[in-house]
Formats: sequence, C-alpha cells, structure tokens
Amino acid sequence: MGDHDLSLPKYTSQSKSAAAQLMARLLPVTYVVVGLLCAWEGIKALWSINDNTLPHLSSIVSFFGSRSQGGRGPLLVYQMLVNALATFGVAFGGFVIGGMLGFLLALIFTQSKLLERGLMPYVVGSQTVPILAIAPMVVVGLGQMGSPDWLAKAFIAAYLTFFPVTIGMLRGLRAASSEALALMHSYAASPVQIFLKLRLPASLPYLFTALKVAATASVIGAIVAELPAGSSMGIGVVILNAAQYYNSRPEALYAAVLIAGCVGLVFYGIVAAAERLIVRERRIEA
Amino acid sequence: MMTATSPIIVLNQVNKTYYVGKNQINALHDVSLSIAPGEFISLIGPSGCGKSTLMRLIGDLEQPSSGTLLVKEKTPSKARQDRDYGIVFQAPVLYEWRSVRKNVELPLEIMGYSPAQRHERATEMLKLVGLGDFGDSYPWQLSGGMQQRVSIARALAFSPSILMMDEPFGALDEITRERMQAELLRIWSDADSKTTVIFVTHSIPEAVFLSDRVVVMSPRPGRIERIVDIDLPRPRDFTTRELPRFFELVTEVREGLREHS
Repeated sequence: MGDHDLSLPKYTSQSKSAAAQLMARLLPVTYVVVGLLCAWEGIKALWSINDNTLPHLSSIVSFFGSRSQGGRGPLLVYQMLVNALATFGVAFGGFVIGGMLGFLLALIFTQSKLLERGLMPYVVGSQTVPILAIAPMVVVGLGQMGSPDWLAKAFIAAYLTFFPVTIGMLRGLRAASSEALALMHSYAASPVQIFLKLRLPASLPYLFTALKVAATASVIGAIVAELPAGSSMGIGVVILNAAQYYNSRPEALYAAVLIAGCVGLVFYGIVAAAERLIVRERRIEA
Repeated sequence: MMTATSPIIVLNQVNKTYYVGKNQINALHDVSLSIAPGEFISLIGPSGCGKSTLMRLIGDLEQPSSGTLLVKEKTPSKARQDRDYGIVFQAPVLYEWRSVRKNVELPLEIMGYSPAQRHERATEMLKLVGLGDFGDSYPWQLSGGMQQRVSIARALAFSPSILMMDEPFGALDEITRERMQAELLRIWSDADSKTTVIFVTHSIPEAVFLSDRVVVMSPRPGRIERIVDIDLPRPRDFTTRELPRFFELVTEVREGLREHS
C-alpha cells in the first residue's frame, strides 16, 4: 500500500490566476490578428493595390462607424449587428433541428444495420447537392405552405448541420470498448441502461466535435437561406446588398464578411464552452 | 481441494470451435473441470490455449459449441442474470467520465441499489482495496495499479459468488504486480463471503503464488494438460515465494507447460 504518489495535473492551473490564464489564451490570438493586419496593409502598399480591390483597414472600421440614410439613420455597425442577430437566430434554430435529426438518424442506424445501409447513401448524397440551388426551393416552398420565414430558413441551416452530427454521433455511439460492453453484459444491464450509462456518455466527445463543425456550418446555411429574394433581414441580405455596390463601396462587403465570420466564431465558442462544462472531468487527449 | 461440498462450476466435455473463413479452429477440446466454492483457480498456458475462452464461456460472454457447463447448477446465462459474476480485465476498463466512487457504484446503480446503499458499499469496497481517500478522483488521475484496484472494487461491489480475472496484472510492472498479488489475496480473504476466483494468467509464479489449483493448458486444440494442486500454506506473503516448495511447484507447472509443445 501507499504506493504511487499522485501528481494531479490540476496544480498547474491552480498556480496561475484566472486573469493570467486568460492572457495566456488571448496573447497568441492577438499576435495573429496584428500579424494579419500588418500583412493586409503591407501587401496593399507593396503591390500598390487600389482601394476598390483591397480597401484600407481604416475605411472598413470607419464604415462601421458611419450612419445609414445619409447620416441621419442608426450606426451601420448597429444595423449590422441587428442583422447578425437575425442570422444567428436562424442558424441556432437550424442547429437545433439538424442536431436532433442527426442524433435520431445515428440512433436509428446503430439499431439497424439494414437501415444504415439503405439510408446512408442518401444522407451522404444530400450533402453533395449544391445548397445554393436547394435554398430557394425550400425557403419559397415552405413560405408558401405558411411556415414562418425564420423556420423555412432554419431548415436550410439544418440541412447542413444534420450530416456532421449523424456521422459524429454514429461513431460516438460505437465508441464504447467491447470490454466496457462485456461488463454491462455481466451486470445483466438492460439495453436502456447500457445506452444511458455507457454508450451515450462515451459518445459525448464525438458528439461535441460534430457539434462544433455543425455550429459553423449552420451559420453558412443561414446566410445562404437569406439570399433568395424576399428576405429582408440577415447577414445574407447585407452581403447581397454590399455585393451590388462593391464597385463604389468595397468596404461594405468586407465589413459584412467580417461580421458573418464573427457570428460563426461566437457560435463555435458557445458550443466549445458547453463542451468544457459537460465533459470537463475527462482527460483532454493530447 | 475437491471436498464433499458440491462444485460451484462443472464443465463436462466442453468444446468451442471458431470458424475463420473456411478454417475451423478448435479453441477448446473436450474440457472437463470442476471448481469448488471458494476455490482460487488459475488457468495458465501459452497464447491460443483457450484459457481466456474458457473463462468467457463460464461467464456467458461466449457460448460453447458442445458439452455441458453448469454454474451453481444453472446455465451460465441464468447465472449471469442472477449477477453471479464479477469480471476484471487486463485493462481496468473504468468509465472515464465517472469518479472512482461512481465507477464502483456503477454495477450497484444497474442492479437497483438505493443511493444510501450504494454509498455505503462503495466506501467499504474502496477501503478494502486501500483507496479510501480516492473516491472523488477521476481514473486518469490514478496510476495503473490503482486503477486496477478500482476495477477489483467494482467487480466485488455487489458480492458476486464468482470473480473472473483475465490477466488482471498483465499490464503492470513486476514490482507493482507482486504487490497487487499479495493485495488480491488479502482482499479475497477479507471479502465478506468466500468468493470463487478464476484467474487467467501467463505468469507461472503468479499462478502458483495465488492459487489452490493451477490448470495448465496447451494449444491446438486448446485443452487441459494437467492440474497442479498448490499445497502452500495460507495466508501467503512475500516469504511464500522463498519456500523450497514454491520452487518445486513452479517447476511442476513449467514442466506441464513444456509437454506437447
């Protein structure tokens, strides 16, 4: 007895303050951002690229700070954030619908090899169809059937999100080792107990990896869904408008792309935070 | 060791055949064996001799191709339903999302013990394996030897009448291994009811040190070569390994392994 002293890896995190930890996380990101900004202006200066092709960073920033309607309307950055929020709402709706659908499909596939063989080609095939072509059909079609505008768009986001969740969850539900299953067998555990106490928790790391992919994909899906005529809100609409005036005001499109990227990042961050909260006690595999 | 008490496990002419493509592999050939209640029995032999298969047949993890196999006068399947088996594998197979305590409580949760019963029992078992202070740790925070102790505590938590161990110390270093062997004997004698142990190993000294009987097996087809009675006195400790009789028995088992090889 009394063998093996425990070297709990916890002590490293306890010795640093929360602020220092945050700094350690933010510093590399800051370096990269500063580096990118320098590269942007550097390339522009070195090859003397004109402002229509690559606007100054300052003009993108000042675009955010300018007001719409000839200076009398709200700040453009505010307007863009409102649109971003609309897109985020659609993306989140699609994420939830697609996530549940993906989970359900994975569950069905683990129960029936026959259904997996029969349906999997269509699941994969669905992702090879250009989403840009399907978006108007679904959005307009569902709209005519009386579905609320956001729901029709969320279906497009769901179309992109169910796939990674299906694949990830399928892998996750099969992640339990044969010995872990043999243990359950020896306890004479019921199928429901095996699912709840072994297969489901064992699948979580795979599920969250899939959800992180799905989070960013759902934002793309939402933006594509906003492109068909008739939409009035969303980053997709902002991008469409900015693209029309690209020749005279290129910074508008860059600003819209920047905001769209931020929506994806925020969504990813939320899922990553949820992951840390739920699977925190596990060893993070190097 | 065979006494007047009726055996807890009886194998009669048990065969196990696998098919790999068109090839027929005789994993076990006409195996007959009786194990007494409370007996510590080791299965030893080279890879492919069917020692793990034999254990898995008894534990209802696989089905025999022919022959009869009774556990407490029931089929292995019935014995499993009655929760007669505790199993320890070579890998600890702890659930990484559960604390040490929660891992020990796992079988109790499945078998419907109340939270209070679970807590009491897990505390008792962790103390038994010398990990009383580690209930709130997570498996990855423990050494390999400690993880295997948790695995033993979990297997014994619901007081199964048969403990099956498949090379449980195979992944440990020699020093930890010998310590764990002594620990296992202490746990086995301290446990509330006398548990029958079936211990699969490929270490001769380990089998001799632990067992009442060592079943020596040989491969192609997997069969029982001979059974060596280990008449070393109990309780056994590190001095047991230094007895002349210990070396004689090690030699006897080794000779058994050499036959037909």
